[in-house]
Amino acid sequence: MHQSKLMETGVGLFVALGLMSLFFLAMQVSNLADVTGDAKGYRITARFQNVGSLKVRATVSMAGVRVGRVSSIRFDKESYEAVVDLMIDPQFDTIPSDTTATILTQGLLGEQYVGLSPGAESDYLKEGDKIDLTQSAMVLEQVISRFLFSKAEGGGAQPGGVAEPAKPEPVAPEPAPAVPASEPAADPADAGVTGTAPEPSPAGAVR
Amino acid sequence: MADPFQRLGRFTLGALQKLGRALFFMAHVWLGTVDLVLRPRLVISQMFFLGVMSVLIVAVSGLFVGMVLGLQGYNVLSDFGAEQTLGVMVAASLVRELGPVVTALLFSGRAGSALTAEIGLMKTTEQLAGMEMMAVDPLRRVVAPRFFAGVASMPLLAALFSMVGVMGGYFVGVGLLGVDEGAFWSQMTAKIDFYDDVVNGVIKSAVFGVIVTWIAVYEGYDAVPTAEGVSRATTRSVVYSAFAVLGSDFVLTALMFGDH
Repeated sequence: MHQSKLMETGVGLFVALGLMSLFFLAMQVSNLADVTGDAKGYRITARFQNVGSLKVRATVSMAGVRVGRVSSIRFDKESYEAVVDLMIDPQFDTIPSDTTATILTQGLLGEQYVGLSPGAESDYLKEGDKIDLTQSAMVLEQVISRFLFSKAEGGGAQPGGVAEPAKPEPVAPEPAPAVPASEPAADPADAGVTGTAPEPSPAGAVR
Repeated sequence: MADPFQRLGRFTLGALQKLGRALFFMAHVWLGTVDLVLRPRLVISQMFFLGVMSVLIVAVSGLFVGMVLGLQGYNVLSDFGAEQTLGVMVAASLVRELGPVVTALLFSGRAGSALTAEIGLMKTTEQLAGMEMMAVDPLRRVVAPRFFAGVASMPLLAALFSMVGVMGGYFVGVGLLGVDEGAFWSQMTAKIDFYDDVVNGVIKSAVFGVIVTWIAVYEGYDAVPTAEGVSRATTRSVVYSAFAVLGSDFVLTALMFGDH
C-alpha cells in the first residue's frame, strides 16, 4: 500500500513535469503568447506595389515599437497589387488616418516588417480602414540597377563606365512602362518608388 | 544450397508474416483499452517504471545536448556576427528534431529493452501461458498497460528533453559566452512558431512513442522462449526501434516541414 502511494506520487510528479515543460515550450520558446493576442485588436488594410519577402505574422511597428502583426497577404488581380491586412493591438487606437505604411528590413539581411509613420490628421484609423500612403519593399536588384543607371548617366568619366551602361540600359526602362499601366487604377500616392527611377529618395513618394 | 531467389522469397514472406502478426497483435492490444479504463492502476505502475525512471537519463542528456548546441552554434554564428540568433538555433533544433528523436532513442534503450526482456522472460517461464490457463488474456493484462504507458510517457519525456536542452543552451550561451539575454529569448520567441514547431514536435514524439513501444512489446511477445531467444529479441528491439525512429523521422519531417 505504501509503495503504491509512492509510485502514484512519482507518476503525478512526472506528468506535472512533462506538462510544465510543454507549457514552457509554448509560452517561453514559441510565439503562442503573441499569436493568441492577435485575436483581439482591429484590422486595417494597406495596398503595396511589391511586398518583397514580407510574411504573414511579420511585425508591424511604429517608432520601432511593435504595435501589431501582418495577418494576411493577398494578391488583387484587378489592380495587380498586394493587399496586406494589418492586425493592430487594441491599445494603439490613436493612429492618424494619413499614416504611411512602409515595408522595411531589419538589419542587412533580416526579416521584413511593416513600419508605420504617423501623419497629422486628427481622425484615427479604425476597423476595416485603408492606409492610402504606402511604400513598397526595396528589391535589391532594382536598387542596384537604378544605382548603375544613375552612375552611367552622371559619371561617364570612369574608365570602366563606357562598357557598363550598355547592360543596365535595357533593364532600366523596363519598370517605366510597367508602372503607368497600373498607376491610373491605383492611388497616385502608391506609385512612388517604381515610378521615378532615377530618384533614390523615398521621401518624394509620400507627399 | 538454396538459390538466391528462394532465399529472397523466404525472407520477404517471413518479413510480411511478421508484420501481419504485429498488426494483429496491435489490434488485440487496443481491445485492452476497455480493461485499462476499469483498472488505471496498471498503467500508472507501468508509467512509473517506463516514464519516471527515464526522467533522469532524459534530463541529463537534454542538458548536455543543449549545452553542446550552445557551444557549437556560438562558434559558427559568431563568424557571421549573428550570436544573437543562438537561441533560435538551439530551440529550433531541439524542438523540431533532437528532442523527439534523441528521446526516442534513449527511451528505446532505457525502457524498450527492459520491456522486451520482461515480456520475453514471462513467455520463457510460461507465465503468459499460465495466465491463459486461468482465462486471463495476457495481451490485455500484461501488454496493453505497458504499451499505453510507454505511448503516454514519450511526449512528456520529449518535452522535458527540449526544455532542459533550451536551458542548457541558455546557460552556455548567455552565462558562459556572453550572448545578450534579451536577444536570446526574444529572437527565439519571434522565430519559433507554436503550431509549426512545438505542436509538430509533440506529434513526432507521440508517433515515436507508438513505434518504439510497439516494437518493444511485440519483440518480447514474439521472442523464441529460450535465454538466447530473449537476448536476441532485446537486441532486435533496440536496433529496429532506432531504424524505425530515424526512418519515420525523415518521412514526418518531409510531411511537416517539406513545403516551406
